[in-house]
Amino acid sequence: MQNYSEKVMEHFRNPRNAGEIKNPDGVGHVGSSVCGDVMELYIKVKDNVITDVKFKTFGCGAAIATSSMITELVKGKRVNEALKISNRAVAEALGGLPPAKMHCSVLAEEALKSAVEDYHKRSF
Amino acid sequence: MKRIYLDYAATTPADPEVIKAMSPYFTERFGNASSLHSFGREARSAVEQARKTVALFLGAKPEEIIFTSGGTESNNFVLKGIADANKSKGNHLIISAIEHHAITKPCKFLEKQGFKVTYLKVDRYGLVDLQDLKRAITDKTILISVMHANNEIGVIQPIKEIGKIAKEQEIHFHTDAVQTFGHLPVNVDQLNLDLLSCSAHKLYGPKGVGALYVREGTKILPFMHGGDQENDRRASTRNVAGIVGFGRAVELAGEKIGREEKRLISLRDKLIRGVLDNIGRTRLNGHPAKRLPNNVNVSVKYIEGESMVLNLDLEGIACSTGSACASSILDPSHVLLALGLPHELAHGSLRFTLGRYTKEEEINYVLEVLPKIVGKLRSMSPLYKTKKK
Repeated sequence: MQNYSEKVMEHFRNPRNAGEIKNPDGVGHVGSSVCGDVMELYIKVKDNVITDVKFKTFGCGAAIATSSMITELVKGKRVNEALKISNRAVAEALGGLPPAKMHCSVLAEEALKSAVEDYHKRSF
Repeated sequence: MKRIYLDYAATTPADPEVIKAMSPYFTERFGNASSLHSFGREARSAVEQARKTVALFLGAKPEEIIFTSGGTESNNFVLKGIADANKSKGNHLIISAIEHHAITKPCKFLEKQGFKVTYLKVDRYGLVDLQDLKRAITDKTILISVMHANNEIGVIQPIKEIGKIAKEQEIHFHTDAVQTFGHLPVNVDQLNLDLLSCSAHKLYGPKGVGALYVREGTKILPFMHGGDQENDRRASTRNVAGIVGFGRAVELAGEKIGREEKRLISLRDKLIRGVLDNIGRTRLNGHPAKRLPNNVNVSVKYIEGESMVLNLDLEGIACSTGSACASSILDPSHVLLALGLPHELAHGSLRFTLGRYTKEEEINYVLEVLPKIVGKLRSMSPLYKTKKK
């Protein structure tokens, strides 16, 4: 086991935007409890801009920190810009992740994609 | 911040008495135990004294004790050494499904060499079934290895009964006693054992030293080839200071054994009751009574173990988990899955292991802090929300 960066621990300790949005415009649900990580991302979109975002996560320290970080990264961004955020960008913003935990950043990216997909489905 | 150590199954701090006993063997009594001169002789006599202490504790003869580098080496020694020395008799080994990786991985290695291994399943408490064992035995079976007590869930196996079956069938019987040696009475004759592994750092001794008990007359291949140390069965310059420390640790354990057991059981049960009574949707893993005096293993539903361990660490409490997320592999503990636990509960396990320096206030502190952590993580968990509906 490699140690977590200070930034990961800081987000783990004080997760940003944890919780749920009532009447969201899109919800992403990825992972499974079998693998040990489940992420749910809720987004509120106005004029193609993500105005609010919240998460709920079952998972390890890295899963919680990456969830928290992706909500910070996408808030206020245009939907198409937000989709450009890669898992690597999430990991980098956290000061890196141990190799065995990179999949948590992938999950965060997928959760966002899934939430946007859901948003598109609802609005068309 | 105060720090509370509740991971004694991982390792224990060396007793100051142990350090005191070891210290001269690094400096003025630094001799090589194989040398002829007085420096060598004083080192050798210290090693032999420790050997007597370990042997006495096990009810064995001194010449039946081989000093090793620890539990993992002792286990590798047994599996590879017995398999190789007895392959003309048979190629079948029997172990339990919840052995430590220091047993299962050598078995995987042996399977690649053409040996066959039966992994005995366990019941929901982690106990092996004696009828299953009897059924698994064939005329090719050369070794049965079942751990005395499990390192994760603390379940204590019916070693004496397993040993009786092995004896009747004339099959070598080994137990990995790393978690019990120095904590529970272990007598090789009473338990019908031919081989036993133990490690010093689990009983307030130094890391990097352990022992293997081998019953007289047992055919086993040497583990390391080189010098003629340990009766030609384990080459390498002896770790004199480590062995002396091990011996002292065993003496101290012997003085405390019954009293300490009682004290730990009462603290253990307080912690178990406190968790199960005060936090909803929790379960005890392992057997309620056939259990190591110091082991508490619980699963907390809807949340994951590593995030609990990290949060507890932030509050100064050190414990461990069988969650996949705490290891480099992504499967949760094979021990918890063998109990039939669903993945979610296996991922949500917490292990607290108590020890010589554990005080009641520390248990109270855990019981004060843990419900808050569980509450915080559950409020963030999508599974908790789903289940509430």
